[in-house]
Amino acid sequence: MATTDEVTPDAAGSATDEKLLTPEMIEEIRAYFPRYPTRQAVTLPALHVVNAHLRYVPRAAVVEIAELLELVPADVQDTLSFYGFFKQDAPHGQTRAWVCRSISCALRGGEEVLEKLCERTGIVPGGTTADGKLTIEFGECLGACEQAPCMLAGDTLHGDLDDEKVEAFVRSHQGEAST
Amino acid sequence: MAEFEPVLLANISNEDSHTLAAYEAAGGYRALKRILADKSPAEVVELVQSSNLRGRGGAGFPTGLKWSFLPKDHPGPIYMCVNADESEPATFNNRILMEEDPHQLIEGTILACYATRASTAYIYLRYEYPHALARLQQAIDECYDKGYLGKNILAHDFSLDIYLHRGAAAYICGEETGLIESLEGKRAWPRIKPPFPAVKGLFQKPTVVNNVETLCCVTHICDRGADWFKSIGVPADPDNPRDAGSYGPKLYCISGHVNRPGCYEAPLGLTVRELIENQGGGVWKGRQCKAAVPGGISMGLLSADELDCPLDFSGPGKYDCLGLGTAAVTVVDETVSIVDFLHNTTRFMAHESCGQCTPCREGTSWALSMLNRIKAGKGRLQDLDLLLEIGDSIGIMPGTTICGLADGAAWPMKNAIRKFRGEFEEYIRRTNPDGCETTEPVEALQIIGVH
Ligand SMILES: Cc1cc2nc3c(=O)[nH]c(=O)nc-3n(C[C@H](O)[C@H](O)[C@H](O)COP(=O)(O)O)c2cc1C
Ligand code: SF4
Ligand code: FES
Repeated sequence: MATTDEVTPDAAGSATDEKLLTPEMIEEIRAYFPRYPTRQAVTLPALHVVNAHLRYVPRAAVVEIAELLELVPADVQDTLSFYGFFKQDAPHGQTRAWVCRSISCALRGGEEVLEKLCERTGIVPGGTTADGKLTIEFGECLGACEQAPCMLAGDTLHGDLDDEKVEAFVRSHQGEAST
Repeated sequence: MAEFEPVLLANISNEDSHTLAAYEAAGGYRALKRILADKSPAEVVELVQSSNLRGRGGAGFPTGLKWSFLPKDHPGPIYMCVNADESEPATFNNRILMEEDPHQLIEGTILACYATRASTAYIYLRYEYPHALARLQQAIDECYDKGYLGKNILAHDFSLDIYLHRGAAAYICGEETGLIESLEGKRAWPRIKPPFPAVKGLFQKPTVVNNVETLCCVTHICDRGADWFKSIGVPADPDNPRDAGSYGPKLYCISGHVNRPGCYEAPLGLTVRELIENQGGGVWKGRQCKAAVPGGISMGLLSADELDCPLDFSGPGKYDCLGLGTAAVTVVDETVSIVDFLHNTTRFMAHESCGQCTPCREGTSWALSMLNRIKAGKGRLQDLDLLLEIGDSIGIMPGTTICGLADGAAWPMKNAIRKFRGEFEEYIRRTNPDGCETTEPVEALQIIGVH
């Protein structure tokens, strides 16, 4: 994981003083303050707020979050990098899909679903389609094993996946964007 | 024996089961009103203690006893953490409870907080449950409106706030002290115990961590009493003074190669075979069962001739498995290679190890490298002994790690290799006829991992 003192050209607002956190995001983050006795406990909620808006958490945003939470950037970066959930170099696609590869799904063709999705979209797991519409990743057990093989795309669970459903999913994410 | 009436899933066939109106129409919040009017917090702890309720999160620790460890007369705050991180592969019963009957959990949480004098409860919910998130938030909002949450609940000297806290896709956040660290905004590194959370937990204050299903059981114990609860399930073994019994209803998950995968409720003590045949509708495609996971992959593996294993707190241990775990069964049919099975479960553990303890971090990733190599036809027979050595030496039980994730990684390894050694050997000999006997070091394969 890169350190914060490395100069990384972020996609948004590089080399300017432009802030990444909008007043709206700051408002959302502040709303969490009364829930916890420490500011540090707002780290994950804040990361989720920023991620929901930007689809990633660039390092410059880490610095701004730290300021808001009265922490040093390293504290926030330390937590962020533990999870492997928040992208930092480029936003994920409009829809982020996790295909389950854990045991109950694997037993019913989960790995083949992931393969097929990648083949149809021309990306590797972790990649994003060129039009920025779809990111495909593997996930571990999504807690929906009765619908194996399954995938969580945005907030929507797609269960009992077969070739037809995978095909329909890919097509619906090639035309108009749907999140 | 009288036909078992569902308890935890009694209402979910009702389309509106997630709403306050439907929940109250079915008797919901009746227990809360009665308890607040009639019982002191200490009496509720006693009630739960006398029900012999044991935690449903995996360890089976007696719930009332855990509550009794909180310091007496503590000035507060005391915290409650609801463990809704449910990430053990093959497990999804907490999800069903939260999506379909969130008020049952909220009522249990309020009752548990009253008993433990907790003034704030955080529901630590795994990220992958957006639907449960929405349902719980709606339920919490309804409760504030109705005066079941907030200041002076139902005009009593008891106040409580419940907040939802969303995880970020890490299995280790389900371990109770990993959960606490994560909630505090840090990396989810489990803590060395003692101190136990009851003494020094969240924000260094006394804390109780309970599983979703455990708290749902509390709701019904408060409603119907300890004797009713103990009329369900498996009584303590009189010949084993350490057996605390396995009482109450349980949600069983069944998935993998069965005809009707799903979440079903029955008394504790159902056998794996009954679950597969009756609830699960039998093995799919007319095939035979080869092996089954008894309670999430961490608990190990049963072979086809061990399916009479009862799913109660002491059952799986009699078959060399780790325990009841989450009572989530995955069925592996005769067409599956046991090498593939172990590769999959080991990959999960290597991916989810938090990296804090060297035996767990290195042990799981070495085991995965070996299994990658075996799977690719470059295995040595000697690798099986190395895998067993890893399995026997990582975990809390051998005393080399901080948390139980490593035990959960070890058990599938030990069970799969000891119970299916012939198949592993046959696979290695067949796929690597020239190199299987070598004891010389061989290179690991480079496998590209993507998060
Ligand atoms: C690696 C690991 C993961 C765990 N994951 C969960 C989980 O997702 N949900 C849960 O309730 N308990 C989980 N546990 C068990 C908790 O540490 C703890 O025992 C439990 O939440 C206590 O609640 P209970 O007494 O009500 O069962 C996990 C334990 C370990 C070692
Ligand atoms: S046993 Fe593994 S998961 Fe648990 S604390 Fe140690 S390294 Fe982390
Ligand atoms: S194993 Fe895929 S959802 Fe559980």
